[in-house]
Amino acid sequence: MSLTLVGISHHVAPVEVRERVALEPDDAAAVARRLGDAVCLSTCNRTELYLAGDSDEAALATLEELAGGSLATVAYRLHGEAAAAHLFRVSAGLDSLVPGESEILGQVKAAYEAAEPGPLLDKLFRQALQVGKRVRTETAIGESPASVPSAAAALAQQVFGDLAGRRVLLVGAGRMGELAASNLATRGATIAYVANRSFEAAERVATAFGATPVGLNELAKYLGDVDVVLSSTGAPDHVIDARDVPGKRHNPLFLIDIAVPRDVDPGVQGLDGCFLYDIDDLEAVVAETLSVRRREAEQAERLVAEETARFGAWQSSLDAVPVITALRAHAEELRSEELDRLGTLNSEQRELVERATGQLLNKLLHLPTVRLKDAAGEPEGALLADAVRRLFGLGEGR
Amino acid sequence: MIELLFWPVLVGYGEAALAYASPRGDRLATWGVRLGWLAQTALLSVQAAHAEGFPWGTWAGSLNLFVWFVVGTYLIWGCRPRYRLLGLAVMPLAAILFLVARVGGGTSSGQKSHYGNLFLTLHVGCVLAAFAGFTLAAALAGLYLLEERRLKRRAADILRLRMPPLATLDALMRRTIAVAVPFLTVGLIVGIARLQRNGGGVDALMVATVLTWLLYASFLVMRPTGRHAARFALVGFALVIVVRVVLEGTHLS
Repeated sequence: MSLTLVGISHHVAPVEVRERVALEPDDAAAVARRLGDAVCLSTCNRTELYLAGDSDEAALATLEELAGGSLATVAYRLHGEAAAAHLFRVSAGLDSLVPGESEILGQVKAAYEAAEPGPLLDKLFRQALQVGKRVRTETAIGESPASVPSAAAALAQQVFGDLAGRRVLLVGAGRMGELAASNLATRGATIAYVANRSFEAAERVATAFGATPVGLNELAKYLGDVDVVLSSTGAPDHVIDARDVPGKRHNPLFLIDIAVPRDVDPGVQGLDGCFLYDIDDLEAVVAETLSVRRREAEQAERLVAEETARFGAWQSSLDAVPVITALRAHAEELRSEELDRLGTLNSEQRELVERATGQLLNKLLHLPTVRLKDAAGEPEGALLADAVRRLFGLGEGR
Repeated sequence: MIELLFWPVLVGYGEAALAYASPRGDRLATWGVRLGWLAQTALLSVQAAHAEGFPWGTWAGSLNLFVWFVVGTYLIWGCRPRYRLLGLAVMPLAAILFLVARVGGGTSSGQKSHYGNLFLTLHVGCVLAAFAGFTLAAALAGLYLLEERRLKRRAADILRLRMPPLATLDALMRRTIAVAVPFLTVGLIVGIARLQRNGGGVDALMVATVLTWLLYASFLVMRPTGRHAARFALVGFALVIVVRVVLEGTHLS
């Protein structure tokens, strides 16, 4: 049975096209069921239909129906090993905007579990999940942060190790700061204070994190009580001066300044035990880690190629199955006929003959079966299968 | 037998030193450390079995034992992938010192000392165990200062060439010193007690060792952290070097 993939992704389709075919998990599963033996993978970067069979026209029509127009110029169609290789690259994160991002593996798993795939797609998706895990285990593609907020959190860990119990002062109630604070919070840090020019905004964000809202003019008072300062205001001047930082500190103070213009006086970096990173520093760190991801992607591509070849070999071995089944059925039929001709035998004698002929048949057919399976997928495999069909008259009727 | 065991130790430690220099050689290095240390343990056991007294009474013998302590402590504290740089600092030193011990005859068998077994085991064993701890603490302090410098300079590759977090290095360094100081205390008490019982003069090595003890004891009392603790540990290690390398020949024989 052949494998077909029809889809669109961020490589070829702009967001205004992708958003029209983007589906919630339940809708994606319903689309897959409508197409029969299919799996629908829909994320913000792609909507792809994997089908067992050659019905790519039906799949394309389904996507076009969702898009409300033709997708002929942006949709791609892949078959057989090319389709398998594509899914393996997707689950490995190699087809993502940020190489090695891990969210996609969960999305592939969800799509697979929501669908009701037949043996071919079942094997394909199970192997795709294994490929995703293998790539992340055997390469360092997913180890480094790929965004400014995650880099800031990783740097804080580089100073403090475990962030559990570390107290954070968030300065500014903007979206970017909130995002970076969430990243720190998910790694165990406590957002202790939120400071903002507008106290209402500070209160709103503080409530979300279970923190205490404070005024911008009170910052110096709280700097001695925190381990991390995360600043992202729209203030035109520095909101934290070097003289605001307490001189005698037992623990290091890590300051993340993602505001432009900068919020923290660069002189803070010169203070003992203080580490200050601004947006340029963080972007330089991210650029460096992305280059690592790209380098690791080469190794990941080799793993994907290896797994694709394995899948291809498995799929080819399926070609031999009908011939082997027909050969065994033919032999069994002949045996039954001959046993019927034996006439009057008592049950003990019949059992002996049946056992002997059964064993003889198995021994005779064992080697041809193995050879047919081994040769499947090779050029010799089709010749062998054809020879068996002709020699034994399989499918000719008697 | 001794000859048979010498080479696996050197090969193990040497292989580990080289493997730590390679970005993906952590696993190989760890095995080098483990196998080398096991071989050295066997070598020390054979020496102990063949000796008539305490077999590591000479400067070379004590160097052999010192290397075993250093690598053993490293195995306990730091033989993990993120401590690759620690291995890179410790293992070449271990390989070189082991070779020096060999050249000085410290890895041969049949040695004997005119001192009693119990005295030497307690005195030399405890002092060497403490010095091994101080050596490792100094390596951790070096790593701390290096990592702090990279963070201060905002090195773009800080997350690519990842080292242990500053807080971890700091805690590990202070813990290592806290474990090592009691060993040095016991070693010194045994040495002083014997000196008082049998008489004899005070030599330069004894004075330097007491100074070392005073320095590390004040470390425990003052409880410095961060950069100050790291510098403290390095100054202490300078004294250890003086005791182990410069003055060693003036004391044990």
